[in-house]
Amino acid sequence: MPTRCLPSALSALRLCLIAGLTFIVVVPLAQAGPAELEQGVELIQTNDYKAVEQGVALVAASGDPRARDLLAALQDSKLYLRKEDGQLFIGARGEAGYDLVDPLTETAAGTAAKRDLKPIRINNRLRSQLRTAVATLNLTHPDASVRLTAVNEMLDRVDADSLALLRDLAGEEKNAQVREGMTAAIALADLQAEEPARRIEALDQLEGNLHPAVQGGIQRLLSQEQDAEVRATGERLLEAIQFKRDLYGFAETLFFGLSLGSVLVLAAIGLAITFGVMGVINMAHGELIMLGAYTTYIVQQLMPGHIGLALFLAIPAAFVVSGAVGILIERGVIRFLYGRPLETLLATFGISLILQQLVRTLISPQNVPVANPDWMSGSWQINSVLSLTMNRMYIIAFCLIVFTALYLVMRKTQLGLQVRAVSQNRAMARAMGVRSARVDALTFGLGSGIAGVAGVALSQLTNVGPNLGQSYIIDSFMVVVFGGVGNLWGTLVAGMSLGVVNKILEPWAGAVLAKILVLVFIILFIQKRPRGLFPQKGRAAEG
Amino acid sequence: MRLGTLHLDRGGQIFLALLTLTTILVPILNLAVPADSPMHVSTFTVTLLGKYLTYALLAIAVDLVWGYLGILSLGHGAFFALGGYAMGMYLMRQIGDRGVYGNPELPDFMVFLNWQELPWFWHGFDMFWFAALMVMLVPGVLAFVFGWLTFRSRVTGVYLSIITQALTYALMLAFFRNEMGFGGNNGLTDFKDLLGFDLQSDVTRIGLFIASALAVAGGYLACRTIVTSKLGRVTVAIRDAESRTRFIGYRVERFKLWVFTFSAVLAGIAGALYVPQVGIINPGEFSPINSIEIVVWVAIGGRATLYGAVLGALLVNYGKTYLTGVMPDAWLFALGGLFVLVTLFLPYGIAGLLRRKETTA
Amino acid sequence: MKTLDNLRTTMRRDQVWEFMVPKTGLELDISHGTILYLEDISVTFDGFRAIDHLNLYIDAGELRCIIGPNGAGKTTMMDIITGKTRPDTGTAWFGQTIDLLRLSEPEIASVGIGRKFQKPTVFEHQTVMENLELAMAADKRVWPTLVARLTPEQHARIDAVLETIGLQEHRARRAGALSHGQKQWLEIGMLLMQDPHLLLVDEPVAGMTHQEMDRTAELLKSLAGRHTVVVVEHDMDFVRSIANKVTVLHQGSVLAEGSMDEVQNDPRVIEVYLGGGDGH
Repeated sequence: MPTRCLPSALSALRLCLIAGLTFIVVVPLAQAGPAELEQGVELIQTNDYKAVEQGVALVAASGDPRARDLLAALQDSKLYLRKEDGQLFIGARGEAGYDLVDPLTETAAGTAAKRDLKPIRINNRLRSQLRTAVATLNLTHPDASVRLTAVNEMLDRVDADSLALLRDLAGEEKNAQVREGMTAAIALADLQAEEPARRIEALDQLEGNLHPAVQGGIQRLLSQEQDAEVRATGERLLEAIQFKRDLYGFAETLFFGLSLGSVLVLAAIGLAITFGVMGVINMAHGELIMLGAYTTYIVQQLMPGHIGLALFLAIPAAFVVSGAVGILIERGVIRFLYGRPLETLLATFGISLILQQLVRTLISPQNVPVANPDWMSGSWQINSVLSLTMNRMYIIAFCLIVFTALYLVMRKTQLGLQVRAVSQNRAMARAMGVRSARVDALTFGLGSGIAGVAGVALSQLTNVGPNLGQSYIIDSFMVVVFGGVGNLWGTLVAGMSLGVVNKILEPWAGAVLAKILVLVFIILFIQKRPRGLFPQKGRAAEG
Repeated sequence: MRLGTLHLDRGGQIFLALLTLTTILVPILNLAVPADSPMHVSTFTVTLLGKYLTYALLAIAVDLVWGYLGILSLGHGAFFALGGYAMGMYLMRQIGDRGVYGNPELPDFMVFLNWQELPWFWHGFDMFWFAALMVMLVPGVLAFVFGWLTFRSRVTGVYLSIITQALTYALMLAFFRNEMGFGGNNGLTDFKDLLGFDLQSDVTRIGLFIASALAVAGGYLACRTIVTSKLGRVTVAIRDAESRTRFIGYRVERFKLWVFTFSAVLAGIAGALYVPQVGIINPGEFSPINSIEIVVWVAIGGRATLYGAVLGALLVNYGKTYLTGVMPDAWLFALGGLFVLVTLFLPYGIAGLLRRKETTA
Repeated sequence: MKTLDNLRTTMRRDQVWEFMVPKTGLELDISHGTILYLEDISVTFDGFRAIDHLNLYIDAGELRCIIGPNGAGKTTMMDIITGKTRPDTGTAWFGQTIDLLRLSEPEIASVGIGRKFQKPTVFEHQTVMENLELAMAADKRVWPTLVARLTPEQHARIDAVLETIGLQEHRARRAGALSHGQKQWLEIGMLLMQDPHLLLVDEPVAGMTHQEMDRTAELLKSLAGRHTVVVVEHDMDFVRSIANKVTVLHQGSVLAEGSMDEVQNDPRVIEVYLGGGDGH
């Protein structure tokens, strides 16, 4: 034990540290002692165990922001002396020898061959001293997230020194999460305590903590525990932890599934209008989505530096672009083919090829980069098991907004009423004064525009390229057919459930096989219920 | 009545006559005429023609189900590819220890994936008769099972089309996986010989060309026999008024099932002839766009004529070879444009144009 | 529990398993003089009772007209006889031995029930002759169809039917090119080719000229006797010209039955027809 060899030095160090840390925590920007740091560096340069030990102590106590990197480098044996001038550098293996960084100026200092460098040697005593020092520096770092990472990292390997340190720090800690981590670390260490009562107390402290180290710690305890009461408590705790982990794991799968489902619903919902309500097979639907994604790209190009704003502006822009192209397709081709679904399918497939090639020729055959605004990245960490990424949250919310908007349009507006009238009985609607040709064009434009909006969302999730649409067209049709043609709710339910099923299957079947299984499932499902989950009568129903 | 097969089929007579002529002339012009003569037909051209002929057979298969039965299959490429894979597996086994890794038992890609033994479904493919059987059996059984499920539950029209498309899409995803044991992304390639004949030699190429020609002629006559028989009249009846046909006592599902399965077998044979000529089969053949391209050959040639399908397959593929050579970007524009123009202005295809001229003249 | 119940039902000793029951003799037995028995049949669509405890008997060889206002259940009744719709309750027997509710549509067609739809559906792209050939009673499985060739007897039969329906001159024309009336006759001809015992004819004269109507009346009358004919029709003059027995359907059940004069003087029928539709 190092403490027995140098008791006075270490307790002095600890005192120093605590004094230093209180200082840092209270006045983080104070320059505690560049002088001590430089002095410490000089001592380390001697490469003599005793001197290095003192140097480390000085550096650690300096409170200097540079101290952490320096000590961490020494701990990882990355601290070198340059043979020609005896200067100290942090070295990292690079392409040509070692890339050197001056630990004092924190600037790059060229490269050196291995034979020109001499590593600072460390022995076990130094190693242990360093571990404590680095941990201390991390645990007292002004940034709470650094402290949190540090405490989480050391959870399951707390030695006597850091335990004492943690006990000292836990009381002072302001951040609840860090404090919780510290308590857990102490409790984990206490699991090794002699008296069963203390072990039970420690177990109680750990209740509800889902960190994997806690689970591991309790498992280790149970593997050698003699005391029945402790065993019982431990097992109960472990069970509770496992249950919660499963629960959160399922919640995560559900979340992934819903976000995938949202993508499917977004891609399919325009189709639910054109195919479902109008009965038009539009194989170019995927390309209308692609146009929406490219519109996002172009809007971003037009307003460099305003990525977030550009994204918002892209939504109406994509709606207009895709909607206009949709109306063009309807007026130019599809209206001559009403009542001939197979021909419509072929003609619109031709259009999809043309649109793809158009994008390849006019923009680029390669994928284009679409930037994500900052607020899209990051995640919401609920606990150590479950974290929800922001972009998935946004896509789910966006999907629901688009769905609601479309639903309201179809239910509450004049256009929606006319669309439904025409789809149910064209001749009758015409007799009632509905201009069916205009309604057809507008409906198709609406469905296409929604496809464009879906493209804006997809541009934030996948690569934007000429083939973007192709990969969604079959999925979209499957969702619409599965949900029941002519039924918006059906599309929502079908898309979401297919997404969730896909994600549930993925862990044991793999992504591709899961997709295949889902396709096969839908094929079989359509055998059983050719009209989908929620069948509805209408023009398409007779098709 | 027995003569009915080609009776009144001007297009078919002309097509078969031209096919016979080509099948006799091309080998002579390739093998007997010296290479520097302007009359010489290069082996490259022979292979290209052979490839077109397999496409023609595929188009006939699609026309049989689309033109005469009303099933717009967007998944016939899958049957073609399955036949191709069956042949590819035979050719793979023929490589023996001449592969890069020199393993006498395992194809190269399996050695590369560290597989220790041949998967069960690869057994038997070292024998030609077995592979030839599988060329027909695998697409046939798939079509049978698929058809049995769909036709029985009366899935028709565009629903059926989209399901067939999903079928080929699912197969494509599956074949892309290395674990499937069909070479994953790269597919099967580096073939050496077929029945002991070197695949690179001119004579083998000519042999494959003649085999393709015979297959097209055979396929044409078989389909023609079907469509001129009472069975053909029943299928047209199904195409035009399905429930009425059911009503006068025909089990529509069974008719659809057998004709669909037969068509899938033809597609499989076409695929098997295609693979040794192009020297590779990969999962790209399953991609939905391939299947849909076949449909456009038939649409352009004129459906429900059979010879129109052949004409369309040859014309479109010649156009594709030409355009992708001259200006690669234009090909997809041209193909897309063809889809639109044919459906809007030429519902009966080129054959329809010819027939109209004939009747007005 | 449910499985257990099912199992118990399945294993009951007083019953024979479904698949063991011989599929009723497909030979028509009309020894009692009645060819069609519909008893206590009810059908409900989405809460609407289309057929309500219907009882109807048709004698062999008769020509029966069925009339009734819209929604009386005439078409649904035809659908039940031909197997297109399955009733919720009731029985339907063809002769003494054939249980129609156990047979599929093609099976019903093959035991000898033919139906002509309201809207003429002939195979437009095929010739009159081919239409008749398709409808001809023959082995209708796939392979026999592939190798089928017309025998001289079959030729003669087609010629005979062509003469009955008066389309001899049009035998090589495409059915799509025929006039409306000619299509109707062709369809009746197709029915005759199946040599059915029972013909169900749905509104045969809708949209016909007077001359065509007269010819159709002649045609149907000539068929009665050798075949049993059930005609559903709106046109009262036409019904009067052909029928000796008329059944009036109303709200899914039989309202009156008898000769044309009898039913026309029946106060309930007058009420239904003149009293503004549903009569209540």
